[in-house]
Amino acid sequence: MNKKTIIATLLASGMLLAACTDKEEATKKDNTPQTEEKEQTKEAVDLTQELATYKAFALAQMDEFLLETEQFVTLFKENKIEEAKHLYPRARMYFERSEPIAESFGDLDPKIDGRLADIEEEGLGEEDWTGYHKLEYALWVDGKTEGYEAVADQLLADAKELHALVQTVDVTPDLMITGAVDLLNEVSTSKITGEEEIYSHTDLYDFKANIEGAEKIFEILKSKIHEKDPALVTTLEENFTTLDQLLAKYQEGEDGYVSYETLTEEDTKALSAAVNQLGEPLSQMGIIME
Amino acid sequence: MTEKWHEKKISRRSMLKMTGIGAAGAIIGASGFGGVMKVMSDEPLIKEDNASSINKYDFYNTHQPGIITPVQTHIYFASLTILFKDAKTLQNVLQLWTPMIVSLMNGEEITPSTNGYIPPIDTGEAIGLDARHCTVTVGISASLFNKIPELESKQPKELQDLPHFPKDQLDPAYTGGDICIQACADDPQVAFHAVRNLVRVASGKVEVHWAQAGFNSFPKGGGTPRNLFAFKDGTENPQITDKEDLKRVVWVQPGESKAWLTNGTYLAVRRIQMHLETWDRTAFHEQENTFGRHRDSGAPLGSKREFDQVDITAKDENGELLMPETSHVHLAKKVKARMLRRSYSYASGTMTKTGAHDAGLLFISFQKHPQQFIDIQNSFGRLDKLNEYITHRGSALFACFPGVEKGSYLGEALFK
Repeated sequence: MNKKTIIATLLASGMLLAACTDKEEATKKDNTPQTEEKEQTKEAVDLTQELATYKAFALAQMDEFLLETEQFVTLFKENKIEEAKHLYPRARMYFERSEPIAESFGDLDPKIDGRLADIEEEGLGEEDWTGYHKLEYALWVDGKTEGYEAVADQLLADAKELHALVQTVDVTPDLMITGAVDLLNEVSTSKITGEEEIYSHTDLYDFKANIEGAEKIFEILKSKIHEKDPALVTTLEENFTTLDQLLAKYQEGEDGYVSYETLTEEDTKALSAAVNQLGEPLSQMGIIME
Repeated sequence: MTEKWHEKKISRRSMLKMTGIGAAGAIIGASGFGGVMKVMSDEPLIKEDNASSINKYDFYNTHQPGIITPVQTHIYFASLTILFKDAKTLQNVLQLWTPMIVSLMNGEEITPSTNGYIPPIDTGEAIGLDARHCTVTVGISASLFNKIPELESKQPKELQDLPHFPKDQLDPAYTGGDICIQACADDPQVAFHAVRNLVRVASGKVEVHWAQAGFNSFPKGGGTPRNLFAFKDGTENPQITDKEDLKRVVWVQPGESKAWLTNGTYLAVRRIQMHLETWDRTAFHEQENTFGRHRDSGAPLGSKREFDQVDITAKDENGELLMPETSHVHLAKKVKARMLRRSYSYASGTMTKTGAHDAGLLFISFQKHPQQFIDIQNSFGRLDKLNEYITHRGSALFACFPGVEKGSYLGEALFK
């Protein structure tokens, strides 16, 4: 957690108040009950513009995701294995960036982004497995596209359905605030372990996209956060920069990343620590609702 | 990077606006937050020991708690790495921790939250439990001074990494660290909760390098706990009520070290794996000869009672030493040095390479000079029969600050 914020919060709540004189204390007790005051404050928080900006961003990402998926499926079906491999992690980044929205549709997320391990956990078999990761398996393990055409078609159909559904999504403050932290949690729990892309080892692309998704939310809410706590903005900016710099070490070419397999335990530990250090203050963005 | 997070000035008005004031006021009334808390830009919060807390030890004292405090049943020991290089950040972290430690030792929730959009300030797993004799003890190591050049002149010359001892097989994963937090309580969850929250609040400033949970079990009616070899551990400790003896053994006296460490002490910690499988196939007689004590009574070999005087020169009717020269107690006693032991057992699954129990002793001792520990450990050297059954896997040495006076914070003298 951001230290400044916690101390501010400690100060702001019970602990500070003991410092107030009796007179002040008495005045406060006479004040409006807290619940009412809280409601009033809540009403005062107007995020209309921020929510609209985020929705526009997320929808633009979903547009790109559909276009790239279309292209990926085409390359795949044309058996252009190397080109498909090149596009695979790049197309997925649009999905990963807008995951708070993409995930709102319970059935589609596993169909598009499900890993075999997830499917099996649900008691289903390999035949129920669809989506990107199955094609990842085809490209990197099987080394062929033959026999996977139906899966490719299904992926495109699911991507189209998702694209249609997200247009109606109701973006709430909760979706943004919780979504930003969730994006980081995604990184902490599956990307950092290399479990997301077990065949292609392109985990760093997803990693980067998740962080960018969280950073976008921060950017949109920044001025609101600044009103409440300018130091939290500084801390978050610093922590995003730290993480970006750390990720930049693994960049390869213009828009690529090295295989996750080349990272040492020390490397992943450093990344994990940077994500956690970002996550604590990021979880404080909710102060804008006070 | 400018460190302003601790020093933020908040106008009272804006603060009141930030959280519902009515509720906060009510909380004070309900939980008896007593004291006057200074909230000046450069001064820490002050929180008071709550006399009405149940099963509570006081925080404010000449010495830190958790040293001569009666040993609790559980420990969570964490060795932290600092992620900063300046004294100011260290000071801020210690200022931030001090009132939190008082809350933790009061058995009180750190601060109840009012905003549902942010995570709770207190992680909450100790809610509804009383203080459970929670103590938190904080120390700093030689590596901390290496990382903060500004503090170079404050490093006591005796605060160095412990030397290599015969048969050490230290694992970097359990060795060293810049700051230690020793949280003890009569409840494992309370001890863990303390470390978890202190680490969390300093996220980005510190990270856990290694940590170890441990336990002790006491016979009904009290007495010395047994280690996992079933022998009593800590019989020879100085009496925690003998103030003069503690000054000789445990507490740094004025002029004996750097001024900031007066009334502080040195904490030596060793993660000692005990090879339970080999021990369990060792004849009983041999087990007792290894320690130099009778297992069940804890008495020195040849004596009847646990606290009978240990006479390492005593011989039997055949002229043989009652306590073998290679026994653990004989070797420990041969050295004049003494220390206060406050160890806990641990059992942490199995060793991946061998499948053997990863269990043993989280050895902790307090002494006013590291040499006391070093002399005793050197005496064990290669002779100690116990070496056959144990391997030292982790090690660290910390200088524990003196106690905190109300209005001050942990380690304040270090920054003067």
